[in-house]
Amino acid sequence: MNYSTKLIHSGKDRDPYTGASSIPIYQTSTFAQPDPEHPGPYDYARSGNPTREALEHSMALLEGGTHGFAFSSGMAATSSVLLLFKPGDHLVVGQDIYGGTYRVLTGLFKQWKLSVTFADSTDPESIRKAITPATRALFVETPTNPLLHITDLRAMVKIAREHTLLTIIDNTFMTPYLQRPLELGFDIVVHSATKFLGGHSDLIAGVAVTREETAGHHLRAIQNAFGAILGPQDSWLVQRGIKTLGIRMEAQQKTAGTLATWLSEHPSVGAVHYPGLKNHPGRAIHESQSSGSGAVLSFELGGKPEVLRLLKQTQLTLPAVSLGGVESILSYPAMMSHAAMPRPERLARGITDGLVRLSVGLEAADDLIADLDSALKVTSE
Amino acid sequence: MKSNLSTLLAQAGNRKDPKTGAISVPIYQTASFGHSGLGHSTGFDYSRTSNPTRLVLEEVLAEADGGVKGFAFASGLAAIDAVLHLFHSGDRIIVTEDPYGGTFRLFEQVFRPLGLDAIYVDTSNLQAVQEALRSPGIKGIFIETPTNPLLKIADIRAIASWARAQNILTIVDNTFLTPVFQKPLELGADIAVYSATKFLSGHNDVVAGAVVVRTVELAERIGFYQNAIGSILGPQDSWLVIRGLKTLPLRLQKQQDNALQIATWLCSHPHVKRVRYPGLPHHPGREILERESLGFGSMISFEIDAASRIANILSGVKVFLFAESLGGVESLITYPAVQTHADVDPATRDRLGINDRLLRLSVGIEDVNDLIHDLEKAL
Repeated sequence: MNYSTKLIHSGKDRDPYTGASSIPIYQTSTFAQPDPEHPGPYDYARSGNPTREALEHSMALLEGGTHGFAFSSGMAATSSVLLLFKPGDHLVVGQDIYGGTYRVLTGLFKQWKLSVTFADSTDPESIRKAITPATRALFVETPTNPLLHITDLRAMVKIAREHTLLTIIDNTFMTPYLQRPLELGFDIVVHSATKFLGGHSDLIAGVAVTREETAGHHLRAIQNAFGAILGPQDSWLVQRGIKTLGIRMEAQQKTAGTLATWLSEHPSVGAVHYPGLKNHPGRAIHESQSSGSGAVLSFELGGKPEVLRLLKQTQLTLPAVSLGGVESILSYPAMMSHAAMPRPERLARGITDGLVRLSVGLEAADDLIADLDSALKVTSE
Repeated sequence: MKSNLSTLLAQAGNRKDPKTGAISVPIYQTASFGHSGLGHSTGFDYSRTSNPTRLVLEEVLAEADGGVKGFAFASGLAAIDAVLHLFHSGDRIIVTEDPYGGTFRLFEQVFRPLGLDAIYVDTSNLQAVQEALRSPGIKGIFIETPTNPLLKIADIRAIASWARAQNILTIVDNTFLTPVFQKPLELGADIAVYSATKFLSGHNDVVAGAVVVRTVELAERIGFYQNAIGSILGPQDSWLVIRGLKTLPLRLQKQQDNALQIATWLCSHPHVKRVRYPGLPHHPGREILERESLGFGSMISFEIDAASRIANILSGVKVFLFAESLGGVESLITYPAVQTHADVDPATRDRLGINDRLLRLSVGIEDVNDLIHDLEKAL
């Protein structure tokens, strides 16, 4: 089946009882059991809900995995995956990992004696050096947030297999429409489904998909035991969002490409970070493992005063946290997503005081350019 | 603070929308919140951290329990999970020996591997609790009262005062009685947890959990875990729980009235051996509830004289729904040994009394004569 068809028809997208073309929202906590000796397919909605299951089935199909799981947030998905590990285990994690993942690893799982080394995943050698006898897993993102650094996924799988490590990737920026890490040998994919999968900035959700049965069964037990599940309304909304994932990603990345090129020629703008630009570091690797550049880019202005003026001046782009929605969102990593990071560490990672992140939505490219152009004029005055 | 809990609950979420004056709080189905400029925030940035609909629910829960802050989670187990992150690898915690099966599973299959050692104690036995509190390394005590499904009663006030004297955190799962009947924080406990799926929302249509804490320090830590782990309750479900809270006092009263009549009727049935309901005069620990609570709830468990009758009873009931869960407006019948407590090993189940002749009733708000008639026919 063609991928864009899979987005619409996952196999569990219809109601067998009425034929409704949209799966009903099963707003129920429990299911009647006609016969105690032959329990029905559902007993309690934490363990399984048909609406959530339709989404989970779709996600497994779209990522090419055995099991999909829907959680109450991207962090709940990541936290549930981290419960696969035991005290004394060590993880090697990409140093540009999302701030929320950094926080849960250092602020919560540390007390359960899970240790972490953050390493530069754009350099396979530095990942290899971080591995110790206690290392159990490798956790990366690519492209990273907000600098769009590229990690070679095949190289990560090769290193992990040499050391029998579990490989985990946060695939939020690309979605399976553009990048399918399980097909490259990764073991677990996690998503903040709040972003491109849901796609409308109207829900908080997370997803995990496993490549193999064993990890799938383990994660199913954790999802049920810990109970950080996604409710039926939000499950239905994510499923609804996925139907337009393909056309949204195509349109958003086309506009992002146009904006990236335009920004890199703008006199008030310094470096532009976008995997679709010719000079973007790691572009060849990115092209070998994904089918598109995505819709998130970042660019540099002179400094904090310029960024503040830009955020104040733009009329179309929403100044906010989050990304991946139909509406374009401008955010300021130094004061938003990376505010908790000490300034020297932030600067060492290239997240300067002048860096702005743009999540490109579905507005017309011309309107976005006109809006940014007039805002940048005022900004650089 | 509203003078009466029923007034607070009836008006839960009212007048929270200054823009339109809507009586009912809007469902803020949003992930993110725009900022008017850098450094400016409406108080809401990202819905995992805080969502206006969820916040209304959390404020009502805190006020109802007399706590400083409330938190809403994706399920009752997600709520308990967040509380257990207060502990560290190597800590020990006392747990009621017959907790909800899911709680037992969380302690055994998720937190024991992380290094949290759960010690199971009969928390209705004060001497056993006192001894356990003296053993080394204890950092917390997790009490369920009345227990599920055996309805054993713990003396929260006594246990919490001993625990506090030793800097041990007292956590009470108050799902069965809710703040309408029992307020653990006022009895000295530090944290109340709930499966809000049950009585709080009360319509068997939501899976949700709640935590209410006594101190600002605990509020900060649970708030950190809620945001860091992200096991939050969505806005639609938050709104449904708020909606359920409005009728909580009415529902509990009617359910309790029905439960007492059914329990009394069951006591005289020839095929019924033992009836457990805290409102029955002979129920062990009833005097504790008379001191510490305002009601006995609507959960009943009873033993049939022969396990061979169970299948016929479960398929014979027409008004009672044979399903897991409890606390809703509709009456449910559950077979704990194979449903809620399947993760407890058979030897432990037998020792506790969760045998293959035990059935559990969650009594709803149907007409009590219909409920009794239904049981009579099925038995």
